[in-house]
Amino acid sequence: MIHTIWFLVLSLMLVGYAVLDGFDLGVGALHLLIGRTREDRRHLMEAIGPVWNGNEVWLLAAGGAMVVAFPSLYASSFSGFYLALMLVIWLLILRGLALEFRHQIANPLWQDAWDVTFSLSSVGLALLFGVAVGNVLRGVPLDADGRFSGSFALMLNPFAILGGLLAVVTLAHHGASWLALKTSGALRDRARAWQRRLMPATVIVVVSLVAASFVVRPEFTANFLAAPLLLVVPALGVFSLAALPWLVGRDDSRAFLASAGVIASLLGSAAAGLYPRLLPALPGSPGPALDIYNTAAPEGSMRIALGIYLFGMVFVAIYLRRVYRIWRGKVAAY
Amino acid sequence: MDTSLIAARVQFAFTVMFHYLFPVLTMGLGVLIAVLKTLEFAGKGREYGEAARFWARIFAITFAAGVVTGIPMEFQFGTNWARFSKFAGPVVGQTLFMEGVFAFFAESSFIGVFLFGESRVRPVLHWLSAVMVGAGAILSGFFIVATDAWMQHPVGYQIVNGRAELTSLWALLNNPYAWWQYPHVVVGSLVTASMVMAGIGAYNLLSQRDEAHSRLFVRVGVIAGVLSSLLALFPTGTYLAQNVATRQPAKQAAMEGVFVTQPEAPLAIIGMPDSERGVLLDPIVLPGVLSFLAYGSTSATVLGLNEIPPDDRPPMELVYYAFHIMVGLGTIFIAIFLLAGFALWRGWLYGSRVVLWMLMLAMPFPYIANEAGWMTAEIGRQPWIVYGLLRTTAATSTNVSGGMTIFTLLGFMGLYLLIGILYLVLFLRIVNAGPGASGHMEAHA
Repeated sequence: MIHTIWFLVLSLMLVGYAVLDGFDLGVGALHLLIGRTREDRRHLMEAIGPVWNGNEVWLLAAGGAMVVAFPSLYASSFSGFYLALMLVIWLLILRGLALEFRHQIANPLWQDAWDVTFSLSSVGLALLFGVAVGNVLRGVPLDADGRFSGSFALMLNPFAILGGLLAVVTLAHHGASWLALKTSGALRDRARAWQRRLMPATVIVVVSLVAASFVVRPEFTANFLAAPLLLVVPALGVFSLAALPWLVGRDDSRAFLASAGVIASLLGSAAAGLYPRLLPALPGSPGPALDIYNTAAPEGSMRIALGIYLFGMVFVAIYLRRVYRIWRGKVAAY
Repeated sequence: MDTSLIAARVQFAFTVMFHYLFPVLTMGLGVLIAVLKTLEFAGKGREYGEAARFWARIFAITFAAGVVTGIPMEFQFGTNWARFSKFAGPVVGQTLFMEGVFAFFAESSFIGVFLFGESRVRPVLHWLSAVMVGAGAILSGFFIVATDAWMQHPVGYQIVNGRAELTSLWALLNNPYAWWQYPHVVVGSLVTASMVMAGIGAYNLLSQRDEAHSRLFVRVGVIAGVLSSLLALFPTGTYLAQNVATRQPAKQAAMEGVFVTQPEAPLAIIGMPDSERGVLLDPIVLPGVLSFLAYGSTSATVLGLNEIPPDDRPPMELVYYAFHIMVGLGTIFIAIFLLAGFALWRGWLYGSRVVLWMLMLAMPFPYIANEAGWMTAEIGRQPWIVYGLLRTTAATSTNVSGGMTIFTLLGFMGLYLLIGILYLVLFLRIVNAGPGASGHMEAHA
């Protein structure tokens, strides 16, 4: 029971991360495309300025949750995906510097350098996260002790690359939806144009990935067949995708929610298919899949951490409500 | 030691020591800014608000550098220390998770309001956000020290199937080792922030500009510095050392250069340990003082390294020097701050070029003292990663080779060199623009 609750908590935190940090990564991906002048790009950064750091905390908190609830998963996956994670760290560092340092000096060279850094690191992170999720779904060659060495040759398989592509496209779309909501005038027009442009691309990559996952992981349907109620999760995605054409350009807040719905549904469906596994083994691996039982911390530790989580989330909800209220409205109005 | 172990240790030491250069300032500075904001809020004068805004700009770049260099720390437990995470994750994961849930969310939410929201929120909420950012930084420090304290002195756990299980959260958070380690870390940070604030004030006074604000910086920095430097010695430093003496005798022996168990052990003020021959070269000692400091009696027996099996001894020279550098610098800070405090009280501080020069030149040294203190704590714990339970040699990732870690270590070195240069450039620009500047070079959300 406690294992399933923690699976749910970890999934929710990662979905929270993807939806929240997802839009600021998407803004980064479109930074140079929508922001034609330095003034434009300043507004784009202002649209995420006060919230991006808090969004990123979801990733760190999810990492903390993994250490405390599934320490063996944390140990195995972080050491296995070693070089990819180091790239993630470096990109997170460069991206954070770009967001915090760009506005410190009013010099065109300084600002251009950080604009390019911000954009490339955002695209790189979206791509790496997508590749990582793709590999988690596909599985890795686990040995009998639950370890593996994730070389780039192993990780850059077609399925994972499709995952990376999906992440870049959907997050860019998500970022455009956020910008449509937070900007006005020409910037909003350009953001809406990118929403329209990325919409068909989103549909194509989502459909391709879902189709490919039936081939790569046919057994993922088992959970949905056993508990048909779970079909609500993918249904949310289909509904959100279908609603997008009506909402884009007309209702920016609902369009943003629909975009968030697509991302949440994608990750949620993956989690629903994966359960109770956390990191499947590739066919032919000597070791079994890592799941919520064989990687778990002792139950006592998990119960204590769950108490911490529930208590802490009350505060987090209060802060986030407050902060998003303070920064509500369009950037130009700041 | 094999390459992958050395590489993992060097990488962790390098990244954590570089990272700590930033939080060591922000923890203390957050408190001082909250004090300045409170004085402004209490109607003590407009210049307190201007000073708070100036230091908030320094805080902003320092906080940013601290956040980005902090990310690798949490990752490294998994990437390079997988066996440690497997063994200790159920316990240390609790405090790391709590740092994320209780401290990071608060800090990251309120920092934006504090830095950019002054025009958007009521003054009381802006004051509250300053307090929350300061409190968040201090709280973050607590969870990290609680994690480290468990590695120094494991409590509230049992070993089940070869790994640690938490039995009492209260014991973990109320670790007697952290009682003095945590206050010592906080006052160490306050000494740093006080010295930087006083030092920047002195720099401006010696450059003959912005008299009013600079005097305020020197005044606040010196008053906070007198208090915090004394607190670093007593009670926090003194009792932390007693904790080490009773709970980690091997670390104490290395710190103090005690090779042979002896009653009425002398305190070595200066001296160079030679661990090959087991002697302290050219020492200056105070007879019986170490016995008194460690156990409250000049005749108490102090354990020497000779009684500790060679496999359980920490690397002696590094621990000895790190500890002596920390204590020596701490003593010098007390002397400087008492002198400056006396001058402030007698009213001749702002005109005394000698004292102002001392304050300015002393700025880098609290950083060194804080790093040396952590070196004493962490290297002195060796060869254990969790004291008495797990050896450092048994804690690394077995599927990450030394070559991979050396490659990423070089990457970190290059990236951190860049961060260091950029930080200094921005720091100097903010200082030279002074508190009179209109805030950011460019308006920001």
